[in-house]
Amino acid sequence: MKQEQIIMGTPIIIEINNQEARQELFNEAFDYFKYVDSKFSTYKDTSEITAINNKIKEANLPAQAGMSEDMKKVFELSEETKKLTDGYFDIVTPDGTYDPSGLVKGWSIFNASEILKNHGVKNFTVEAGGDIQTSGKNENGDTWCIGIQNPFSKKREIIKKIYVSGEGIATSGNYVRGNHIYNPKDKNDTIEDISSITVIGPNIFEADRFATAAYAMGKQGIYFIEKLNGFEAYMIDKNGIATMTTNFNNYTKQ
Amino acid sequence: MKKIILSSLLIFSFGAYILHVRILGAEAPVALKPRPNKPPVALNLPQYNQIVIEPVVPAIIKPEVKTTPTPTPKPTPTPPPPVINTGKYRNGTYTGDSVDASYGYVQVKVVISGGKIADVQFLDHPRGGNSTRINNYAMPYLISEAIALQDSNVDTVSGASYTSEAYRQSLASALAQA
Repeated sequence: MKQEQIIMGTPIIIEINNQEARQELFNEAFDYFKYVDSKFSTYKDTSEITAINNKIKEANLPAQAGMSEDMKKVFELSEETKKLTDGYFDIVTPDGTYDPSGLVKGWSIFNASEILKNHGVKNFTVEAGGDIQTSGKNENGDTWCIGIQNPFSKKREIIKKIYVSGEGIATSGNYVRGNHIYNPKDKNDTIEDISSITVIGPNIFEADRFATAAYAMGKQGIYFIEKLNGFEAYMIDKNGIATMTTNFNNYTKQ
Repeated sequence: MKKIILSSLLIFSFGAYILHVRILGAEAPVALKPRPNKPPVALNLPQYNQIVIEPVVPAIIKPEVKTTPTPTPKPTPTPPPPVINTGKYRNGTYTGDSVDASYGYVQVKVVISGGKIADVQFLDHPRGGNSTRINNYAMPYLISEAIALQDSNVDTVSGASYTSEAYRQSLASALAQA
């Protein structure tokens, strides 16, 4: 059973094996995304992150005071990711405010998946805007087959198929949102050489944060993923040439 | 002289290997060289906190977007899409990116003829005695391929979402009028 809602400005799609599916499970997972959106959306005047950023803009106040537990967690994970990626992942925007959306999407997909797992659900996918957490098998009892979107097409076109069961898959690129990822080390660098990089990791939180950082590294990003234990990637450059990490092909066979 | 012969031999055998892989498919083992020891990365998994769902203010963003007469967002300029042949490569010569491999730059040129790889040439590669030696040991050679359209028989698709961008653009233009 598959259900979809637009939350966080992006389609959230949850698929649960027919035998395990119950409406309450979908509701609880979707409600979690709504909660995250209400707290972390930089587009909402009522969100906690907007309040934090307003304080910074108006009074130059430090962000830490009075943050909720979830906000603290996200800041902490962002700081950790910044260190692990040699500064290529950074939630501080060029104007000094915070935009944790690069971390929050993967984090919230991961947490929504944990909600399902805590209810004993074994076979499902949770997806937000093309980033996916898989678990168990699909309806046919096969490993989940995920297509990598053609970064040069606006239509749904698949240029590679990968087979996963429990991993997270995230794609970072500028082909949709304009240059929405900038190089934190050089704010004028708009990263034009790479069209997209798809990362497979142990879960969607890990895959998403390292896909974001690897994309910001430009042509070096694929080498960064190559060195990360437990991660594989497929990078497509602006000429339509793809480069893959050494063991990526382990995921291309059913 | 010995070094030059050795490195030429290595480059040649890598080229031959790529050809082999491309022609015979991906059945051949992928790892050319022993993988450098990957330093284990300390990954702290996010903790799932039991959260209290706060009541969501109903009049949030979507209605605004719908009720405000928004100008159609201009299509974002996209790079000219490469023409993709199903299952086969396009004929022509393609130059890969010059990639800094810490000890030098690696860049290859691939020639496609009759939909197949006719040649792979190295345009640039690490030079120098010591560097070459270290590089031969340390640099991972990654396999490249031209992207090719597949059938759409998949469970779901990973990629950045167009809905997401349309939403953001629409929202931004709506807010600009608010």
